Amino acid sequence: MKPFAYTRAESVAGAITALGSPGAQLLAGGTTMYDLMKLRIETPETLVDIQGLKALNYVDHSRPDMLVLGAGARMSDVADNAFVKKNFPAISESLWRAASQQLRNMATLGGNLLQRTRCSYFRGGEPFPCNKREPGSGCAALEGLDRGHALFGGSTSCIATYPGDLAISLLAFDAVIEVAGPKGRRTVPLAQLHVEPGDTPQIEHVLSDDEIIVEIRVPRTPSGRGSTYLKIRDRESYAFALVSAATGLTLARDGSVEDCRIALGGVGTRPIRATAAERSLIGKKVTAATARAAGEIAFAGAKPGHHNAFRIELGIRAVADALQTAKTRAS
Amino acid sequence: MNSIKVSFRLNRKTVDLVVDSRESLLDVLRERLDTTGAKKGCDQGQCGACTVHIDGRRVVSCLTPAVQVAGREVTTIEGVAGPDGELHPLQQAFIDNDALQCGYCTPGQIMSGLACIKEGHTTDDAEIREYMSGNLCRCGCYVGVVAAVRETARKEAGR
Repeated sequence: MKPFAYTRAESVAGAITALGSPGAQLLAGGTTMYDLMKLRIETPETLVDIQGLKALNYVDHSRPDMLVLGAGARMSDVADNAFVKKNFPAISESLWRAASQQLRNMATLGGNLLQRTRCSYFRGGEPFPCNKREPGSGCAALEGLDRGHALFGGSTSCIATYPGDLAISLLAFDAVIEVAGPKGRRTVPLAQLHVEPGDTPQIEHVLSDDEIIVEIRVPRTPSGRGSTYLKIRDRESYAFALVSAATGLTLARDGSVEDCRIALGGVGTRPIRATAAERSLIGKKVTAATARAAGEIAFAGAKPGHHNAFRIELGIRAVADALQTAKTRAS
Repeated sequence: MNSIKVSFRLNRKTVDLVVDSRESLLDVLRERLDTTGAKKGCDQGQCGACTVHIDGRRVVSCLTPAVQVAGREVTTIEGVAGPDGELHPLQQAFIDNDALQCGYCTPGQIMSGLACIKEGHTTDDAEIREYMSGNLCRCGCYVGVVAAVRETARKEAGR
């Protein structure tokens, strides 16, 4: 591992100042950063440790309109939070269906949102070219083993999948993040946090180097209670998604859909909101046929590569199944 | 090299060390503190063989920079048995239920199992399997591991 200086931040303001030095990066739970440093993919000059900042570690459900999550809250604590489990089961499930309990005890929400891709050519280093790791070097995945690569949002430079789960459930519920930087604070809708690779796959989000995610806010909605996060994996647990679907429903008295949320994970270069599929269900009842049709709409624009077309049918069925679970919970 | 002085508790004893900022807790435990119970399987947070407790919560020590344990309480498998060496009930349950073959993953399995019981994620076998999924066993002793965790959780609940 490349040597680096270590500094422990005593406050958010102190961390922002420390991030101003060249090559400085944040360390929170460490589960992505330290892992990628061992692989020599991340090579910070300085690590600014915010793990101990208690001011960022909270779950606040006292507001009637918003669920408020500190960016430093641990994934395991939020997954097990009674209010989150009852009012946003999709968020709880997207957390406990990610990684392992050991990693969830370490990883923070903010760090998880910015988790980097698991593309094996990105992680593998030499001799594989990777435009994300080394801009301009090429992409080994385009003609390589692309079984887990993106069906949506890829470019001729990169088809790496965004690996996170939490961002998918947060996207379904219109979450916003609060970011602190040298010029003060700003709010970014989660839908605008991640960017598609285009010609610059090394740029994955809209935050600058000296900004810190400090808070996540989720508007409360009846669809939160009628929600689920379905994650399909190669093994039953402790694996990244082949495809995942966050769904949420609000039903009228007669069972017809008043509000519908569908977001897709494991299949895009960034989290995907399936708005056309959502609209297709408004005013209808959720049946095997309408749920399947919504899944088909959600995957209508999928662009498979060489080895990943099976994930289209898998995804259609995942959306349909997740809608049925949401319906049961919303009824 | 960036050297940093750290002080922490390891199995109820105070440790003072100067560490390189790059060193993992796992390497410090194994190479410098003679606690080789935690094992290095993958060194990438994928196998769970290096599981230890920090302030009572299970973590993977391979992805924990040693500098981050300053001021904290670390418990490894060496700190689990009683003062006269009597096995913890979960350790005995691993023997009774044939929950190991080669034994390489066992320290991590037991540290994870202790936390799983303490967290209350033992409602049924499905929940035990889900919350023990971060510990891989290449001998395939999963049935025994689940049985040992289940048995110990039931005994503790009955007390």
